[in-house]
Amino acid sequence: MTDPKTLSPLDLDTPEKPFLDANELVINMGPQHPATHGVLRVILRLDGERVLGLECVIGYLHRGVEKIAENRTYTMFNPYVDRMDYVAAVSNGLGYCEAVEKLLSVEAPPRAQYIRVILTELNRMASHQLWLGTHALDIGAITPLFYTFRDREEILKIFEKYCGARLTTHAFRIGGLQYEAYDGFEKDVKNFVSFVTPKIDEYEELLTTNRIWLERTKGVGVISGKDCIALGVTGPVLRASGVKWDLRKAQPYANYKNFDFEIPTGKNGDTYDRYLVRMVEMRQSLRIIQQAVDGIPEGPIMAKVPKVVKPPVGEIYHSIEAPKGELGYFIVSDGSTQPYRLRVRPPSFVNLQALDVMCRGAMVADVVAVIGTLDIVLGEVDR
Amino acid sequence: MLEYIRSYLSSDQTPGAAGNMFWAAVYILLVFLGLSVAVIAMNWLERKILAHMQVRLGPMRVGPHGLLQPIADALKLLLKEDIMPAEADGFVFWMAPLLVVLAAFTVFVVVPFGPTHAITDMNIGVLFMLGVSSLSVLGVVMAGWASNSHYPLIGALRSSAQMVSYEVAMGLAVVSAVMMTSLNAEGTGTLSMIGIVQAQQAQGVWFIFKFFPLGLIAFFIFAVAMVAETNRAPFDLPEAESELTAGFHTEYSGFRWSLFFLAEYSAMIAVSSIAVTLWLGGWLRPFPNFLTGPTWDLVFSLFPGITFLLLAAMCFYSTVRMPKHPLFRVQTIGLAGFGAALALIGLVLFVPAVRVRVEDIYWFSMKVAGFMYLYIWYRGTFPRYRFDQLMKVGWKILLPIGLGVLILTATVGLWPVIQQTIWHP
Repeated sequence: MTDPKTLSPLDLDTPEKPFLDANELVINMGPQHPATHGVLRVILRLDGERVLGLECVIGYLHRGVEKIAENRTYTMFNPYVDRMDYVAAVSNGLGYCEAVEKLLSVEAPPRAQYIRVILTELNRMASHQLWLGTHALDIGAITPLFYTFRDREEILKIFEKYCGARLTTHAFRIGGLQYEAYDGFEKDVKNFVSFVTPKIDEYEELLTTNRIWLERTKGVGVISGKDCIALGVTGPVLRASGVKWDLRKAQPYANYKNFDFEIPTGKNGDTYDRYLVRMVEMRQSLRIIQQAVDGIPEGPIMAKVPKVVKPPVGEIYHSIEAPKGELGYFIVSDGSTQPYRLRVRPPSFVNLQALDVMCRGAMVADVVAVIGTLDIVLGEVDR
Repeated sequence: MLEYIRSYLSSDQTPGAAGNMFWAAVYILLVFLGLSVAVIAMNWLERKILAHMQVRLGPMRVGPHGLLQPIADALKLLLKEDIMPAEADGFVFWMAPLLVVLAAFTVFVVVPFGPTHAITDMNIGVLFMLGVSSLSVLGVVMAGWASNSHYPLIGALRSSAQMVSYEVAMGLAVVSAVMMTSLNAEGTGTLSMIGIVQAQQAQGVWFIFKFFPLGLIAFFIFAVAMVAETNRAPFDLPEAESELTAGFHTEYSGFRWSLFFLAEYSAMIAVSSIAVTLWLGGWLRPFPNFLTGPTWDLVFSLFPGITFLLLAAMCFYSTVRMPKHPLFRVQTIGLAGFGAALALIGLVLFVPAVRVRVEDIYWFSMKVAGFMYLYIWYRGTFPRYRFDQLMKVGWKILLPIGLGVLILTATVGLWPVIQQTIWHP
């Protein structure tokens, strides 16, 4: 039998095993499984508890979002992007609106930019909280889930007050915002920041130095920075492997260059480092929110955008740093009111490719931990 | 016949030891009933306590504060369709839950709730308990194998490996406690559960504090091993929900599933009883050495009644706080009635004749209840161990420490003899 460790990390097509190998057990995890975060199906080849290899089967949540885009006007397609990564809908909206704005060569006014940053960072926070809760639940700690959901609720309340929706917010419009911030928006956000800062310590108290948590996450699902880049993995997973790459700093969009924040990186590229990176990211998000709320300017919230959005012929690729990694939109315009082609580069889909590499030679329980630490949303993987 | 029944009343032995079949049957019935009530109460308490640890309310709808929830659940389980997978091995599939439940309940034959309050007293009590409780692993393996499905199979494999390896550490810890019973004038130890508690009484110290910290370490090993033995968090790998859906009982539903549930909880109570008996002085009240004299005896004997009165007071307090809506009238009356029943029991427990007989059972149950709370607490705070780490903890940490404690206990226990024979022959 081949030792899974001897396979080179990117040797993705391992030779087929003989059909009746008594040592090998093929089990099917999902698409209905409590720990696959939706409808991911993983076919595991096991030797006892050890994983020899795995294969992801996706597409159970495919809705043809990219095809739908070709039959909708630019404005009509805007709400659809919220349904991809539904736990970070605001980020999706930001990416799409900015891509179309770039195509139209307009820029949202400063006030709109600030409100966009506040909402996007709140959404990053919410997404990371949801990740933390479910990840800890997968590893067997059931309590953090309730703590994070309790605090995520406060973010959703702000969204609800701002635009009426909690999850699929459709908060932004092409060229700026539809709604002015409601009265007391700044106060609510500030209150939230001071409310949630001690709560993050509370999550860390339960996990960061917990012996069992350390044993379950340290050295689990290790992936090197080189492999990350080879596989196109982005976001916290890439940063935890020691690559300092965050589009907010690397290719500033919105007005992130005005804010002072740090990009946390890890060293070992294991599950524990990814956990720490995301915990620091939550605190950095709060820092950005605080600065944005303090510096929010007065002024219009909508740039001059024609009633019928009709970008000139051309193509554009615009990407932003979504909570899960690089979220890119590639739009080809033929000069009509509808995109000729719209392609989404979803971070979850690309990051999921690394699952096989990260799980080779691990135990069954690690597969669950690694799926959790990749922070995938199946709505985005399948689109 | 009546004479036969009455003849036991003046005895100071357990019905089994006295050979009185009638009273043995009564005791078996009482233990069975008490255990069922305890499992139901534990079910409700676990959900409520865990819920409050997790900033939620837990069951609130069925009955006041969800008090009737476990009963509703039990009814639901009984009414559910009994499914057996087509490819399952029918007979083994049918036998497995029965075996698990039998093993879990049989253990209680020797559990001493008081000096006379046990079904019987065996001279190999501890051995019997460990032996019978480890039989349940057979049921688990049978369930996993007979389901003829991957997840239950992996669950069963994990479970058997786990239970077998932790039994070794558990056994070593038990031996060091049993060894302490032999520290008397005759130098003979005992394996009888009642004998072990009486030894603690005679030596005037609970074995957890004996040869500090040796007793404490042995107790700690047992406390860890017993959580692993009962497959509870953080050692709940056989039924790790996020990995194996439900482990060995994935294919079970309805009544058969409820048997596994019943077995799990009664096994938790059983191993806690062993821990209480071996290290925490069984039915003995706290501070028997410092707070002596008839006054303190009286004070401690009032505890059972006071506990029930406190519970009743909690009920009445909640009754007052119930919403004043007509829809809540039935619930409010029910809660007040429950409180009144508890208060009545509390008052009955103050009657001297009852008081003396119940005190042992009360202290024993309270100590076991402490362990039950710990079980819930673990579940609320710890993530789950991975399989290889679990094995590592069992074989590489607990087992060597257990052996070390055993040797040290023997050395310290035999110290006077060693001194006499080696240094001053």
